[in-house]
Amino acid sequence: MEWLREWLPVPESAAELGHRLTMAGLELDAIEAAAPPFSGVRIGHVLSVAPHPDADRLRVCQVDAGQDDILAIVCGAPNVREGMKAPVACVGAVLPGDFRIKRSRLRGVESLGMLCSAVELGLAEASEGLMALPEDAPVGEDLRAWMGLDDVILEVDLTPNRADCLGMLGVARETGTLLARTVTGPAIEPVSATIDAAVDVRVLDLEACPLYAARVLDGLDPSARTPLWMRERLRRAGLRPLHPVVDVTNYVMLELGQPMHAFAASIVGPVIEVRFGRPGEALRLLNGNVIEPGADDLLIAGERGPLALAGIMGGEASAVTAETGRVVLESAHFSPRVLAGRARAHGLHTDASHRFERGVDPTLPIYALERATALILQIAGGQAGPVVHQGHVAPAHAEETIMLRRERIPRVLGMAFAPAEVERILSGLGCRVETTENGWEIRPLRARFDLEREEDLIEELARIHGYDRLPQTLPGVSLPATSPSENGLRARKRALADQGFFEVVTFSFIGPDWAEAFYPSVQGLALSNPISSELAVMRPGLWPGLVRTAAHNLARQQPDLRLFEHGLRFVPDVSGLIQEPRLAGLLCGRAEPEHWQAGRRVVDFFEAKGVVEDLCAGLGGALRFDPAPHPSLHDGQSARILLEDREIGWLGALHPRLGEQFDVPELFLFELDAAILAATGVPRFEPLSPYPAIRRDLALVVDREVPAGDLLAAVASLELPLLQEIRLFDVYQGKGLEENEKSIALGLILRAFDRTLEENDVNAVTRAVLECLETRLSARPRY
Amino acid sequence: MGSDRGSVERFDVEQLQKLVSEAVTAIETADGLATLDGLRVRYLGKKGALTALLKELGRLPAEERPRAGQAVNEAKQRLSSLIEERQQTLAAEDVARKLREGRVDVSLPGRRATSGALHPVTQTIERIREFFAGMGYQVAEGPEVEDDFHNFEALNIPEQHPARAMHDTFYFDAHRVLRTHTSPVQIRTMREQAPPLRIIAPGRVYRCDSDLTHSPMFHQVEGLYVDSDVTFADLRGVLSAFLQAFFEREDLQTRFRPSYFPFTEPSAEVDIQCVQCGGQGCRVCKQTGWLEVMGCGMVHPNVFAHVGIDAERYTGFAFGLGVERMAMLRYGVNDLRLFFENDVRFLEQFARAG
Repeated sequence: MEWLREWLPVPESAAELGHRLTMAGLELDAIEAAAPPFSGVRIGHVLSVAPHPDADRLRVCQVDAGQDDILAIVCGAPNVREGMKAPVACVGAVLPGDFRIKRSRLRGVESLGMLCSAVELGLAEASEGLMALPEDAPVGEDLRAWMGLDDVILEVDLTPNRADCLGMLGVARETGTLLARTVTGPAIEPVSATIDAAVDVRVLDLEACPLYAARVLDGLDPSARTPLWMRERLRRAGLRPLHPVVDVTNYVMLELGQPMHAFAASIVGPVIEVRFGRPGEALRLLNGNVIEPGADDLLIAGERGPLALAGIMGGEASAVTAETGRVVLESAHFSPRVLAGRARAHGLHTDASHRFERGVDPTLPIYALERATALILQIAGGQAGPVVHQGHVAPAHAEETIMLRRERIPRVLGMAFAPAEVERILSGLGCRVETTENGWEIRPLRARFDLEREEDLIEELARIHGYDRLPQTLPGVSLPATSPSENGLRARKRALADQGFFEVVTFSFIGPDWAEAFYPSVQGLALSNPISSELAVMRPGLWPGLVRTAAHNLARQQPDLRLFEHGLRFVPDVSGLIQEPRLAGLLCGRAEPEHWQAGRRVVDFFEAKGVVEDLCAGLGGALRFDPAPHPSLHDGQSARILLEDREIGWLGALHPRLGEQFDVPELFLFELDAAILAATGVPRFEPLSPYPAIRRDLALVVDREVPAGDLLAAVASLELPLLQEIRLFDVYQGKGLEENEKSIALGLILRAFDRTLEENDVNAVTRAVLECLETRLSARPRY
Repeated sequence: MGSDRGSVERFDVEQLQKLVSEAVTAIETADGLATLDGLRVRYLGKKGALTALLKELGRLPAEERPRAGQAVNEAKQRLSSLIEERQQTLAAEDVARKLREGRVDVSLPGRRATSGALHPVTQTIERIREFFAGMGYQVAEGPEVEDDFHNFEALNIPEQHPARAMHDTFYFDAHRVLRTHTSPVQIRTMREQAPPLRIIAPGRVYRCDSDLTHSPMFHQVEGLYVDSDVTFADLRGVLSAFLQAFFEREDLQTRFRPSYFPFTEPSAEVDIQCVQCGGQGCRVCKQTGWLEVMGCGMVHPNVFAHVGIDAERYTGFAFGLGVERMAMLRYGVNDLRLFFENDVRFLEQFARAG
């Protein structure tokens, strides 16, 4: 807040300002105190330092804290020296962490307070000894008040289009428009050259780097320290103070939004080139990484090779160190198009790359260079050479105009704006505004990379006016003339839930071991950047997820499970990738809920099959289950499901090998084409017969290997008009039958629509059925 | 009549009395309704003993007939009423026995069908769908393995756009990704159908990010409305109404904040008054009193250009929301990962949810 107030008056509270910014699209993330709470800390003057009589490492200091008495304080800091100024926590002070300072004795010597380090005050992560305060710090003054530590920090989340607010200048401009206040800011004057020292700047690609400016500063005092006020602003912005020159470049970046860089002049040489990487080059960066810049990496290079990755990070060799007395300051504009993605390609993300990728105001470089020069000379003395630049110094406003049509505003926003209001808002944002017949011609500030077209300007109008002050309307409902019938899949999923199934949602990517085990013949589609090896391959089917979920629940004492999932499977195919919706289920444990009367029947193949039959009921068409092997299923309990001879899914018991591999008990699985299940027809009414039905039961002996389904299919194929329904109600093997025989009992339900059936009708049907089964399947009646 | 079998001199009263006393004993000792019914047939049925006696009357001398007839009829009536009485007694006993024997311990647990449940994510999508279906929106779907064009380029997110980095995309190769949002369904719909369009597109989306508050897979619902006169005011109206309906609070405060999405302009984020603390400030809303729940905006002209819709003729709005977030807020679920662990103890809590 204190920094922002340097640019414009902000009497509002932090919360109020945060709210205004949030509602303008600069979302307030947090309001934080500039320092943790502490009290009773004053600026102290160390008058004398004497050794402690009883401890080598301790010293007894006489400290003037502006009080009546001089305080005797025992101190162990290595940097305590006579004449220094440092924070003193007086008796009664409370330091961060609720640490109370009391009168105490240290190895026999009384101490009336504590000299503090920055760490002890919560102002740094690490420090070596006492926090040295400037010579001119007023003795006795309350440290919090003097350092402005009751200030608050507003943390704002910026959307990628608002790179213009990545500096205090931009935030101030935005705040000024919002609060209708004039923005002034610190005075920035050019610094005239007092020495001739300069480097030659050669930009080889002016599109990539439209402007590069550099300046030599010489005679810098190596012992100079960054002033406390600047260190404080850097600290509050989350940067660690390093070296005065580096601190100033960082400071100017935070203040104006222009990333800068300083090179040790002795390494740079007489020429600076801005060019793309060349084969065989290498550069050791400030973070110690060595990179080999490619032909799309823009470089700052000297005669002896690359010095820095332009707009991203400097090189280690040319870094400014404590001894550097002569530097080359760089301030340039790099095209976002050229820098886009380059930092990431090298695994980097820096304050500079963050800004350049999003767009830095191209009018800033020389302005920022002057600002930095002035600050450095002020801090470290020395002299400045002339500003050398190549490229185009951009004017403040864009050259192209954007048409803003008066009638377009209500078409987008649902509300018309008074022309004066339009002009006030847009000029407040720094735009050049000219009235035309239909509206306006607008030239935005170059800093506003995001203002490119009419809609962008309309958004600015809405944003500054306030979204919440725009109207709200409910458009009329227009329902489609034909409403699609209730989605069958939704109804079927609900029916499954009603049958005790829990729907699960598992990840669409699975471990390659699961994919391989369940679908050995499918080469699953693999992610190139999986989050873990367990989530690396797109599932070729839904069973692995279900089995894994079952294992998870079984391990949590849930032995009776009915689960289903609905989602895509991903099967690579010669023509590409098949992504199709499937509905899969899993059953294990008890067949019915535990009850004091119930039996202990566990689920089996037919439990699962019944679920599938219910799911497929009403699909229209003959449903068939053919015995067929599937790599995930038990050879003897595996069926391919066909609807009108088209495969729509699989059903069976989990293969015991997989049960062993993934440590699950016997369980049953099905998977169906969900698109088929979505189909529902409108029910067609059929008249009811007023005549009674007659049932005739037949027991038939067939070979054990004859599938029951063949009997039913054979009877159905006769298409006997009187035969309304066949019920298979018993299967028997054993006593009374040959070893290779079984008996199947069928109930024939007969009914006519025009009369009551008579004995000879019934006999005719029974005879036809028997004859058919005898000829086709060698069945014989069992009496 | 039966006179051809010869005639009888006199009516045999003793025989009748014997028959009656036999019958009375049998009736009085009958121990069940079935036995009693047997007795009725034996004595009073069409071929019963008394009926036979009546038939015999014809063979008596004419002067005997009235007296004999009367005697038989009286006997018949007597037996009939005895049977009736006995029947009532037996029926009452029967009921009493049923009552006696049919007692159950009503405190024993009932036999229930196990109830499963749709996943809370599905239930939440369903709730959202129902609201928008009522406003004429149809469900649209699209692939989850998407191409670069539909997931990014057509949505005005060219390669190297900073917004791409924000998406934490899962890649298969240079051109194929797991969709990072449901917005590509907008593109597919607009390329296939001409306006006016009202769709919602629910589905799975993927981001290469996993921690306490991020899942590599989650669900979004995308909405799109394109017509000749759609405005930002409509967008605010529809979403405010939706959020009030979803959270079942007519007075739910919403606010629209300017934001940025490459595929909308103007863009907004929608906050609702914190449903946990009612706007007072709590941990859920990070003390702000507001919860961000949706992103939205007016369809960007560049997006219209990519799908061949004339931006001068049509305007439209689009919105997107995270389903798990909505479900967490509505049900008070405090851990995102629960949705994908599928612990039955978690799922069964939604068995009766609405």
